[in-house]
Amino acid sequence: MIARFVIVAAAMLAATVSARAEDRPLKIGWLMSYTGPGAAAGAASDAAIEVFFQKCGKSVAGRKVEIIKRDTTGPAPDVARRLAQELIVGEKVDFLAGMDFTPNTMAVAPLSTSAKVPLLIVNSATSGILTKHPYAVRFGFTTTEMAQQLAAYASKQGVKSVYTFVQEFEPGLDAEAMFIREYKAAGGTIAGSVRAPLKATDFSAYIQRIKDANPEAVFVFMTASELPPIFLRQFKEAGLDPAKIIGIGDITDEASLPSAGDAALDVVTAFHYTQTHDSAANKEFTQAFKAIAPERPVSFVPVVTYDVLRAIYQVVEAQKGDLNPDRTMELLKQTKFESPRGPISIDPATRDIVQTVYFRKVEKRDGQVVNVEFASTADVKDPGSAR
Amino acid sequence: MLGFVNILLGGIAYGFVLFLMAGGLSITLGLMGFANMAHAALAMVGGYTAALLIGKAGWPFLAAVATAGATAALTGAILERTLFRRLYQASELEQVLLTIGVVYVAIAAATFLVGPEQMAIAVPAWLDGNLHLGPVDLNRYRLFLIVSGLVLLVSLVRLIDHTTFGAKIRAAVFNRRMTASCGIDVDKLYALAFALGSALAGIGGALSVKLLGLDPNFPIKFLTELLIVVSVGGLGSLRGTFLAAMLFGIIDVVGKYLLPEIGAFIIYATALALLTVRPQGLIGRPR
Repeated sequence: MIARFVIVAAAMLAATVSARAEDRPLKIGWLMSYTGPGAAAGAASDAAIEVFFQKCGKSVAGRKVEIIKRDTTGPAPDVARRLAQELIVGEKVDFLAGMDFTPNTMAVAPLSTSAKVPLLIVNSATSGILTKHPYAVRFGFTTTEMAQQLAAYASKQGVKSVYTFVQEFEPGLDAEAMFIREYKAAGGTIAGSVRAPLKATDFSAYIQRIKDANPEAVFVFMTASELPPIFLRQFKEAGLDPAKIIGIGDITDEASLPSAGDAALDVVTAFHYTQTHDSAANKEFTQAFKAIAPERPVSFVPVVTYDVLRAIYQVVEAQKGDLNPDRTMELLKQTKFESPRGPISIDPATRDIVQTVYFRKVEKRDGQVVNVEFASTADVKDPGSAR
Repeated sequence: MLGFVNILLGGIAYGFVLFLMAGGLSITLGLMGFANMAHAALAMVGGYTAALLIGKAGWPFLAAVATAGATAALTGAILERTLFRRLYQASELEQVLLTIGVVYVAIAAATFLVGPEQMAIAVPAWLDGNLHLGPVDLNRYRLFLIVSGLVLLVSLVRLIDHTTFGAKIRAAVFNRRMTASCGIDVDKLYALAFALGSALAGIGGALSVKLLGLDPNFPIKFLTELLIVVSVGGLGSLRGTFLAAMLFGIIDVVGKYLLPEIGAFIIYATALALLTVRPQGLIGRPR
């Protein structure tokens, strides 16, 4: 009995000693939806992780990198919270990353704050997520920055009246409020506003309201998913001109654009990433991505995934593998590099992304419908919430 | 005013889409009394069959839709023979649990086999675009849905109410032992009826893709709507299912048009009110 106790104790001691050695792996808890409505983005994000490992290797500063993926199953804050807790307490992760739907991020951020685990956000486009959570950084975009840009664009084009159509959830309400505030300030008239429930699939009633109001343009935000192509097709079928749409890039996301087809032609959007973006970094990324996932279109989620991993590697290298959360945050705030989407940096004051916003128009190239950039605004910061 | 006419037509077309998908459910759930939550999964099988045949193999539209019906019928028949038949006498809870399980397996299988992306369907030129009738623009595809729905309604009502096959089904559901003792192979009858319901699901699924889109979550997304349509219509009544589908389609679209702030809830409120007053549904037999 005593002999057995001694053996167990010795084994435990040995385990502690070896765990203290520098070869303990760098653990990144990766929270994404791999099933449910965000599954396509989850799969694309996975492929981008492969691309990154191929280019930068599976270890950094002498530490082996281990990505622990967990499926949040779509917008499910309770699931996301539970998984994050397991990753922090059970797996003792060094970083939390991923994050697609805003409600999930809102549920995970408080845990990241109390456990001092840096949280690197890939998507979650609602302004104001970061203010109360000092260990969170956003690498994606906010709907308010895009809405602000589009309001300026519309008034510069001499558009006199705009109707707004958004999905009724946080990023949508954010976008609507910002667009209305900025566009009115620039002298424009809001012809009307309508919101659709997040799960509505038939938009004919909303489109008819838009048609009745006969605006010069329609501002649209719908989260990237299977729904925007349905909206675009129904918009065209109602006899409206797709060229009237000025929207946030989610509606012509590369992953669902083929499904919209000709109904998306001439739609103008503002976004942070375009597959046809003309730069060496984007060509390299697109080629590597196509080699790993030839069936999958390159879109914003894989690009931001790649950027998030690159930022993690940079801060781990800067600390020579010995991580301190506060030092990590200081370093993350200094992030600045050329991404496939263009130059990006983190605003040290808000921990939010600073990037170029591109204006794109959907065109046909070699029989494929694609977004083509025609203008851009450099160094755009999140303007905050207008609500 | 013109807008309202368009909206009404939109609502009717949406009602027909619902009827095309719920028609089969009104046979398996309504008539046979089997709590078949997997119905929309069979509609998805039809949707993917048609979308893949048209998109990848270049089949003509109508042939692909017919094959979609056949594929769903075959899938339904296999499921019925291997799984569902064991549960005809079981409680509703057990039936729901098993068929919901099938739904999740179907979602995972679709994600694995065809990927999580949204699938589009290309329709032939004669179904694309609008028909101009004076000041009203009629969408050709929606018109096609309305015609298909009417054909389906008439043939189903004839089949169930005016043929021996229909009479046997109704007899078997009413009193299984008595029907069997009359020398009717109830087992085979149920398998046939189930395959028929599944075939309708497949056709409905294939025809709805253009309007509703298709992705692996399809079976969950439309389950609630289909269940409401069948139960509001009244279990066992095809006419009731048709009426409820029309009601649902029109109230949903008109409600969202007139009162967009609460439009999405109107239909649930209506279903609740109707079922409170008439628990057996619009044309259901009292239980």
